[in-house]
Amino acid sequence: MSDSEKKKPNRRDFIVTATTAAGAVGVGAVVWPLVDQMNPDASVKALASTEVDISAVEPGQSITVLWRGKPVFIKRRTQDEIDSARAVDLSELKHPEKDEDRAKNPEWLVMLGVCTHLGCVPLTDKGDYGAWFCPCHGSHYDTSGRIRKGPAPTNMEVPKYEFVNSNTIKIG
Amino acid sequence: MSDHEYTPKSKVGKWFNDRLPLLTLANHLTDYPTPKNLNYWWTFGGILTFCLITQIITGIVLGMHYVAHADLAFQSVEHIMRDVNYGWLIRYVHANGASMFFLAVYIHIFRSLYYGSYKSPREVIWIIGMLIYFLMMATAFMGYVLPWGQMSFWGATVITNLFSAIPLVGESITNWLWGGYSVDNPTLTRFFSLHYLFPFLILGLVVLHIWALHVPGNNNPIGIDIKKPSKDTVPFHPYIVIKDAFALLIFLLIFAFFVFFSPNILGHADNYIEANPLVTPAHIVPEWYLLPFYAILRSVPDKLLGVIAMFAAIFVLVILPWLDTSKVRSTVFRPIYKQFYWFLVADVLILGYVGAMPAEGLYLLIARVATAYYFAHFLIILPFLGMKEKTTPLPLSITEPILGGSADMAMAKNNSDFKEKL
Repeated sequence: MSDSEKKKPNRRDFIVTATTAAGAVGVGAVVWPLVDQMNPDASVKALASTEVDISAVEPGQSITVLWRGKPVFIKRRTQDEIDSARAVDLSELKHPEKDEDRAKNPEWLVMLGVCTHLGCVPLTDKGDYGAWFCPCHGSHYDTSGRIRKGPAPTNMEVPKYEFVNSNTIKIG
Repeated sequence: MSDHEYTPKSKVGKWFNDRLPLLTLANHLTDYPTPKNLNYWWTFGGILTFCLITQIITGIVLGMHYVAHADLAFQSVEHIMRDVNYGWLIRYVHANGASMFFLAVYIHIFRSLYYGSYKSPREVIWIIGMLIYFLMMATAFMGYVLPWGQMSFWGATVITNLFSAIPLVGESITNWLWGGYSVDNPTLTRFFSLHYLFPFLILGLVVLHIWALHVPGNNNPIGIDIKKPSKDTVPFHPYIVIKDAFALLIFLLIFAFFVFFSPNILGHADNYIEANPLVTPAHIVPEWYLLPFYAILRSVPDKLLGVIAMFAAIFVLVILPWLDTSKVRSTVFRPIYKQFYWFLVADVLILGYVGAMPAEGLYLLIARVATAYYFAHFLIILPFLGMKEKTTPLPLSITEPILGGSADMAMAKNNSDFKEKL
């Protein structure tokens, strides 16, 4: 307003503001379904959990199962691997997490087999820490799936899972 | 836009043109005064239009046979290759056409960088061009996902994961892009839909790009403002049309060589293996035309900063008209910039090379130096060089240096005496 005295809002100003506000709400209501339709749908969400039989996995072996379209590593660790994971000083870690918190049952490490850098599947029993190595951009993980070297920002994610019985793990 | 009013000769033509002035537009495009010294680097605009039309036509045909479903896509592409009449030809033209499109667009962009075509008053043409380039990269990326091979799948995974670097909302955004918790069928179907849409957005931007070009008219190899129409210009038709057509033919020879003699050389063998979400190929590389940006992404050891650097590498081009402070357009008259120009060309080629190599050891070091130089070129060298550089004298018109055989000012003055005698 170029006038030095402040203009008092009149009825027209009120109507313009109210119409604009109502219009904005209307546009939002129309746009939101168009945006939200791209989010995971009901059929995708329905596949939220999966049960895995682990009775055939020997110490040192690792299996990979698909959960929500992503690979999940289930590794039965040897005593050496557990010891080396637990011996690490937390101050050495880029993303400090205790092995005890990542593997409630120390023998079994369950985590998403997805590199936290850009989503590739790391190779098992490779890399500088004898555990996982991502071939895409060179991230090295230790026997607890923690990032030790390379561009990945965090440790490989531990999903929600539970032991249904001693031979079955339910992921999700 | 023409200075003279155009009236169609026939009565029907006049009747129509009074209601929709299409004939006036056609006349403008035909008579459009063009600098007479345009060289062959100026023919890539026409070549790019041809590439876009080729991609749209072959793409529409492929869409008639392709099935956008995670279980069927790979098979349907093989069906196109083996069963559909001339399907192999149409797909190879489309796949290699993308590479040819990028080859032409890079030449077109570097031509603009050499002759200063992005400078005032052509900033808007340049920015629209950069939007087109960005849409081209998005379209090419989504197109590469459609065959649902290993490179399709893992390329899509890596690129969509770039958005997971965004703090707080990164994961929600990637899940939204995927329509799930990983790249899967919903991702494929939406990529197909958008891959079909984007070329038409590009087409619309191309119309704006050409419209914006026709306001100030073409830049030219000596980069000076010229009077239009004048002794310095020739009409677009037939002069430029014939020159563009000849260049297009040469370009088509190269295009045809790839299509018929080495149709897979620019692709990756891994993409003939069907997508497998459990196994990542040993060495993931994007298509060649994205390699310099991929090298920049990988040269930064931090995930978020790497993604920012990659997008910044494109954004720095958008604001280029304001980063280059030199008023002289053509590199011909900028002896120091000319050297830096070729350094930049080499730098981008080096980035492309290391982008294809594993990100370790010496390659990583080279990538980091080249990335630093890339940004230094645009953010440090260009602004300062424009203020410090002593440019050589500009000729007064296109005609004069040609008649005098030199861009020298004294010669130009002599030439004006010479012209008076004519």
